[in-house]
Amino acid sequence: MDAANGVTVKFFSLLREALDCEERIVALTPDITTVEALRQQLIAEGGTVWEETLTQPRLLIAVNQVVVASEHGLALGDEVAFFPPMTGG
Amino acid sequence: MSVTVQREAFDPTQEYQCLLAACPGAALVTFTGYVRDIDEQADVAALELEHYPGMTERVLADIGAQAEQQFGLQAWRIVHRYGRLAVSDPIVWVGTLAPHRGAAFDGCHFMMDALKTDAPFWKKTYRPDGSSDWVSAKSEDDLQRQRWRDTRT
Repeated sequence: MDAANGVTVKFFSLLREALDCEERIVALTPDITTVEALRQQLIAEGGTVWEETLTQPRLLIAVNQVVVASEHGLALGDEVAFFPPMTGG
Repeated sequence: MSVTVQREAFDPTQEYQCLLAACPGAALVTFTGYVRDIDEQADVAALELEHYPGMTERVLADIGAQAEQQFGLQAWRIVHRYGRLAVSDPIVWVGTLAPHRGAAFDGCHFMMDALKTDAPFWKKTYRPDGSSDWVSAKSEDDLQRQRWRDTRT
């Protein structure tokens, strides 16, 4: 799977650890038009742990390194990231 | 006007001198955050900071640019570490230069509050017994951040 034919999905912090996944490429099928649809696809493929991890209430999502709402649209080559609220500083 | 995100330790005194050299004689405010030795639960032995390379630098640069415009800063700089840090290590340094103290104080305060909630860093605390937990985001930080949004309108 080539990143140009889909989207690159990154996971950080406790999501990365819970899913044991730092990054994966997901093919963009015609029904995956939004971040929410992508999340549902990841849950459908991944099962219980993915469902528990990706439906936690305070999850943040970035597309191309900007935080967005879950209805945000997706395009080929996008970089999507899932992570918990930030705790820097 | 610069952002550095680095694994290596930094020297707050050196950062201070560099920023002052950029514009001597104005009002200079700096903030340094250090790794604390205790948190809400227990003693802290070390800290691990994860970040989102690329997005981190972009968000910090946006925060600085917004502060510069909103408070009329003459110069600013943000330094933030990632990776493994020991207790008492400096984590973050923010410096602001402005024509007067009010702008320098407000700019520095705003940049720290915005950085806490908007910059993609995540802290993991290591205990003396070797166990570890991810630090939870604090609602006070969200409130502090919101205060600046309310001020703008």
